[in-house]
Amino acid sequence: MTRQMMKGNVAIAEAAVRAGVEAYFGYPITPQTELLEHMSTRMIELERVFLQAESEVAAINMVYGAACTGKRVMTSSSSPGISLMQEGMSYIAGSELPCVIIDIMRGGPGLGNILPSQGDYFQITRSAGHGDFRPIVLAPASVQEAIDFTVEAFDLADQYRHMVIVVADGQIGQMMEPATLPPMQPLKTEIPDWALTGAKDRPPNIVTSLFLQAPEAEAYNLKLQDRIKLIYENEQRSTEFATNDAELLVVGYGTAGRIAYSAVEEARQKGLKVGLFRPQSLYPFPDYRLSELASQVQSILVVEMNAGQMVDDVRLAVSGTVPVHFYGRMAGAIPMPDEILMTLEEQYNQIGLKV
Amino acid sequence: MTTIDISQIETNDHTKHMNVVYERPQSLTQTHTHYCPGCTHGIAHRILAEALDELGLREDSIVVSPVGCAVFAYNYFNVDGCEAAHGRAPAMATGIKRVMPEKTVVTYQGDGDLASIGAAEILHVAARGEKITTVFINNAIYGMTGGQMAPTTLPGQKTTSSQAGRDTDTTGFPMKMSEILSQTEGAAYIVRRSLHDVNNIRKAKKAIVTALKVQQAGLGFSMVELLSTCPTNWGMTPEESLNWVNDNMVPYFPLGDYKVIDAVKEL
Repeated sequence: MTRQMMKGNVAIAEAAVRAGVEAYFGYPITPQTELLEHMSTRMIELERVFLQAESEVAAINMVYGAACTGKRVMTSSSSPGISLMQEGMSYIAGSELPCVIIDIMRGGPGLGNILPSQGDYFQITRSAGHGDFRPIVLAPASVQEAIDFTVEAFDLADQYRHMVIVVADGQIGQMMEPATLPPMQPLKTEIPDWALTGAKDRPPNIVTSLFLQAPEAEAYNLKLQDRIKLIYENEQRSTEFATNDAELLVVGYGTAGRIAYSAVEEARQKGLKVGLFRPQSLYPFPDYRLSELASQVQSILVVEMNAGQMVDDVRLAVSGTVPVHFYGRMAGAIPMPDEILMTLEEQYNQIGLKV
Repeated sequence: MTTIDISQIETNDHTKHMNVVYERPQSLTQTHTHYCPGCTHGIAHRILAEALDELGLREDSIVVSPVGCAVFAYNYFNVDGCEAAHGRAPAMATGIKRVMPEKTVVTYQGDGDLASIGAAEILHVAARGEKITTVFINNAIYGMTGGQMAPTTLPGQKTTSSQAGRDTDTTGFPMKMSEILSQTEGAAYIVRRSLHDVNNIRKAKKAIVTALKVQQAGLGFSMVELLSTCPTNWGMTPEESLNWVNDNMVPYFPLGDYKVIDAVKEL
C-alpha cells in the first residue's frame, strides 16, 4: 500500500469503507462534513447504503435500526450533532448493538464554533447517553491513527457487541498528511444469532432495552457492566515517549498530545527529564500504565484543548500519588509547543529539579 | 332424556369435519396483552397479524414498536421486533429496510409518538418514499402516561393536561396526519380508517393488506391511520368510546383515501 496525502475526514471515511461498513447514515456538520461527502460517493459506487438523514436524531436512529441486523454500520458527526445523537446512543448501548460513531469535536458550548476542541471528553466518556454505560472510545493523534483506529473500531464493536466511538478534534478531521490506507476487506458474511432477519425457522428475535421489573432490569444492567469491565481490563491503549527516566510526565491525547510531544522533545534537548504519556483509548482510560508511571515520576502535567476534563481521569488513575497539574486552551485556541514548554519548565523548577 | 357417555366421544373428533372460521393468526403470539378492556389496540394488532399471515410475510417481517401503549407490541407479534425511541420508529425502520430491502418493515405508532415527538421522522420517511408501512393509532390522547393532551386531541376535549378542554387559542389544533403526509410525493398510499364497528374494522384490515402490498411492490411509503378508542383515559365505557369515535372523531378526522397513486390501484 502506498502512502498518500489525505485529509483526516476523508481518510476515516475510506478506512471505514475498507473495514467493510455496509451502511452509513449522517447529517452535515462542520468540521466533519467531508466524511459524509466521501461516503455519499463511495458507498453508492460500491452498492452499499448511504443515506443523508433529516437530522442527527434520525441518523442515529437509522444506525440503531440498521445495527439490529448485525451488519457493520456507522455514523459521524461533530459536537452539537453528537448532543442530538445521545438519545439513540443510549438505546444502542441498552440494546447491546455494535456500531461505530465518529465524533470530530469542535468548540462549544452551544453553537460554539467550528474550530478544533477537546471540549467533549466528558460527553463521550461520561455521558454518551442516559443510563449506566460506557462506550469504547478511541482517540487518534494523526491521520494514520485515525485510519487505524477506525478499522479497529469495527472489529471491537463486533467482538464486544458494543458501541465504539472514534473521537478526534477538528484538527485531525481537517488536516492533510501522508498516511497509508488498509486493503479492502470483504464484507462480513456471518449473521449474529440475535440479529433481526425475519423469524424463519426460529422463534422471533427481539431487540429492546425495556425491562420494567427491577430484578430483570438490574440483571440486564449487570450483564452490560460485566462486558464493560471486560473491556476495561483488555482494551486500555496508550503510547509514550521518553518515559524511561522521566521525572515529570506530560499527559495529553489527540492533537494536544501531539503538540505536547514537540514540547517534550524540546525539553529533552534542554536536558529536562520529561516524558510523554498519550492515551489512545479514553474509555477504557489507560489507568494501569499511568499508575505505574505515577510511581516513577514526581509530577504530572495534563495538557488538553479544554478547561480540564481528562485531568479527572488522570487524578483517578494516579490516586494522589503525585501532584497533577493542568494546562489547557479552549474553544478553538490550540496550545503552542512553547506555551507547554514554558509550563513544563515552571513545573520542573517547582519540584526542585535542576537541568 | 338422552344421556351422552363422554368417554365415547373422541376428543377433537367433532372439529375434524368442520371448517375453521376463526383462529389466532400465526403472526400473533400466545401472550396476553396488557391493554385495557375495550381498547382497540387488540383489534389493530389482530388485523395487522391477519394481513401478515394472508400475504405470507410473517417470516420476513420486522415490526418496530413505539413508545406509548404499544411499547410491548413486540411481545404480541410473532415476528422479529425491536423497540424504538419515542417517535423514532420511522428512522429505525429506515435503517432496517435500507440494509434489508427484501424484508417487510412495519412501524406501529400512536398519535403522540407519530404526530408530536416523531413528526419530523414520519414526514421524512413519507417524503423519501421509504418503502415501509406505518400503522398509525389515533385515539386523540396520550394513553401510556395517563391521559394527557395529544397532538390529535379534539378542540374542547378534556384530558389531564387540558382539564378545561383543549383550548385552541393556546394549544392550537389537532394534527391531521393523513392529510399532511398525503402532500408528500414519496407517499404511495395514505388512508384513514376506523375501528369503531365491524364494517369499519373490515375496511381497516383491507387497507392494511393493501399497504403491505404497496411495500412489497416497492411503490413508496404506505400508512394506515386507524381511529381508535381509549376508554380508560376518556373516562368512558368501551361502548361509549366506540360511539364517541363515530360521533366526534370521524367528523373531525374524515375517513377515506388521502393518497393512492395509480400503481396502487393495479395491485
